[in-house]
Amino acid sequence: MDERMNRIDGIHAVQLLTPEGQRVSHPDYDITLSDSELQGLYRDMVLVRRIDNEATALQRQGELGLWAPCLGQEAAQIGSARAMAPNDFAFPTFREHGVTWSRGITPLEMLGILRGVTSGGWDPQARKCGPYSIVIGAQVLHGVGYAMGIQLDGAEDVAVTYFGDGAMAQGDVNEAFVFAAAFSAPVVFFCQNNQWAISQPRDHQSNVQIYERAAGFGFPGVQVDGNDILAVMAVTKVALERARTGNGPTLIEAYTYRMGAHTTSDDPTRYRLAGEIETWRLRDPIERLKVYLARQGIADRSFFDQIEKEGDDLAEQIRQGVRAMVPPDPASMFDHVYSQPHARIDEQRSELVEYLASFQDSVG
Amino acid sequence: MTNLTMVKAINAGLRKAMEHDPKVILFGEDIGRLGGVFRVTDNLQKDFGTHRVMDAPLAESGIVGTAVGLAMRGYRPVLEIQFDGFVYPSFNQIVSQVAKFHRRMAGAVMMPITIRIPYGGGIGAVEHHSESPEAYFAHTAGLRVLTPSDPQAAYLTIQQAIACNDPVIYFEPKRRYWDKGEVDESVSALDVGSVADPWRARVVRTGSDVTVACYGPTVRTCLEAAQASPDISIEVVDLQSLSPIDFDTLVSSIERTGRLVIVHEASMSGGVGAEIAARISEKCFYTLEAPVIRVTGFDVPYPASRLEEYFLPDLDRVLDAAERAMRY
Repeated sequence: MDERMNRIDGIHAVQLLTPEGQRVSHPDYDITLSDSELQGLYRDMVLVRRIDNEATALQRQGELGLWAPCLGQEAAQIGSARAMAPNDFAFPTFREHGVTWSRGITPLEMLGILRGVTSGGWDPQARKCGPYSIVIGAQVLHGVGYAMGIQLDGAEDVAVTYFGDGAMAQGDVNEAFVFAAAFSAPVVFFCQNNQWAISQPRDHQSNVQIYERAAGFGFPGVQVDGNDILAVMAVTKVALERARTGNGPTLIEAYTYRMGAHTTSDDPTRYRLAGEIETWRLRDPIERLKVYLARQGIADRSFFDQIEKEGDDLAEQIRQGVRAMVPPDPASMFDHVYSQPHARIDEQRSELVEYLASFQDSVG
Repeated sequence: MTNLTMVKAINAGLRKAMEHDPKVILFGEDIGRLGGVFRVTDNLQKDFGTHRVMDAPLAESGIVGTAVGLAMRGYRPVLEIQFDGFVYPSFNQIVSQVAKFHRRMAGAVMMPITIRIPYGGGIGAVEHHSESPEAYFAHTAGLRVLTPSDPQAAYLTIQQAIACNDPVIYFEPKRRYWDKGEVDESVSALDVGSVADPWRARVVRTGSDVTVACYGPTVRTCLEAAQASPDISIEVVDLQSLSPIDFDTLVSSIERTGRLVIVHEASMSGGVGAEIAARISEKCFYTLEAPVIRVTGFDVPYPASRLEEYFLPDLDRVLDAAERAMRY
């Protein structure tokens, strides 16, 4: 275990890769990955960080309305989502770009929502990934309900529901714990404790370590170094297996840090110290895997260069793709309000179309 | 007089209310050191302390539910719900508890709670950040509903809302937060009789052909429409209070104009405009020269931000409605 991390934060999170890139063992958790799997995890993290940085830049340029950066949380998100089986189902929040990426959601599908051209962007059923949930904690209950459905079907899938330390205060989340325990639902509660709920530190939402809360609800809780992608994956795999084999929920607390602002509208210099960010920069999830891959001879300079190049190309595609996104037809706001014809909607759609056409006439 | 944004005006009003009554406490998410996501409570925690400006855990039902207990203990909580779309987790506490407690206890307990909610669209925001949920609360007996339209009104009405012994849902039009206006900070709204009754509508522009009733964010829109109207003389009435609605002011305006257009951002069906139209058809049956016309958001979930300009009532739609009213 990383002594320095423990000394600073007084925690005992599961760790398999230290911030210095040293592979360490843990009595309860381990993971064996092939070289190409390890390379894949590195690639995922680098590309997601690239998407994240590009989106932040696009927001600054006025191309996006808002962006909630996942900077620093790549290992927690990708390590957990890549542990899932194809038919497992993820319920992400608005910050889980590493989760959506891992489920095959394209960057432009993510960014369309923030550009304001769509409210959704993908088919959750087909992609096994829910929409970005913005109302804090709401999706956690959805995850439990989906898991109850899996159980009723007699299937072996698992729902993984994501949330943050702030959500630990919400009634919906606590009710989700109660329901999951009552039904022994095949769900994994994946809490990224990134230390800050906008301006409020973790201890304002939970007076004990977050993973400890699980005990009171009657299922296991485990704390993992959220910046260690190997440990995150190992811990998630165990929780998934436990759920899959009918043993009920697990709460995973991924101990990590929100390196960026809450969103591009936020100014964290008003409430937290710069030194904290410096401390966490030394625990960067990408850097430690890179060191490990290089030292072990799993990847060389040409591999890292190639991923860098792939990131450049992706960033260029994103810039072009976002700028090419045009607002949809105004009348589309009446689509999908109901699944069956609705007289009032039809009437209002016609009114808007006629009204807009009246301007066309006067111009022409 | 000071030239202030609405954000600063509400901040000044909160400060006055806190100076006036030590039982006034502020409670909400990120309202302390951050000063709220819109900075409405900026510096208040620094000046009044963490015991009077309290950062809440991230749980809206918790904020409102505990405020009920604080009120029973003699406090006067002023709550901030961060965005309109986040009020719903607390809907149960507001509708079943805050609104009904006084009546349930046969008047033995008062609920002097103010719930501040930034509301409305027009700022290019993501989902749940642009909604206008006022009708739910105006429909609920036991709640009063206020919404200011300019900095001076905001400065005064926030103090009056806090001083009110009934619960007040206080809707702040977020796209007008940065509009500036003259505010007379020397006046305290708590000097009874020195300032306007907050529950009265305000005629903010006189006219003779059509009365346009509006509130909150659409008041400026309607004033701009009235100004731009070449032929039709538009009188603009800022309702300000949505529960109760001041029908006296509205009726006397319609008695002059004979026509009424109601404007709000919220969806049309079952909205505040529907209540006004029904009441006016009863009170002004012999005066009206045209049917009451509503200009509102459509009956759809608030659209993705790149479509909001088509959803929101704008100057053209208000003028179009005024013209339609004149055709009868």
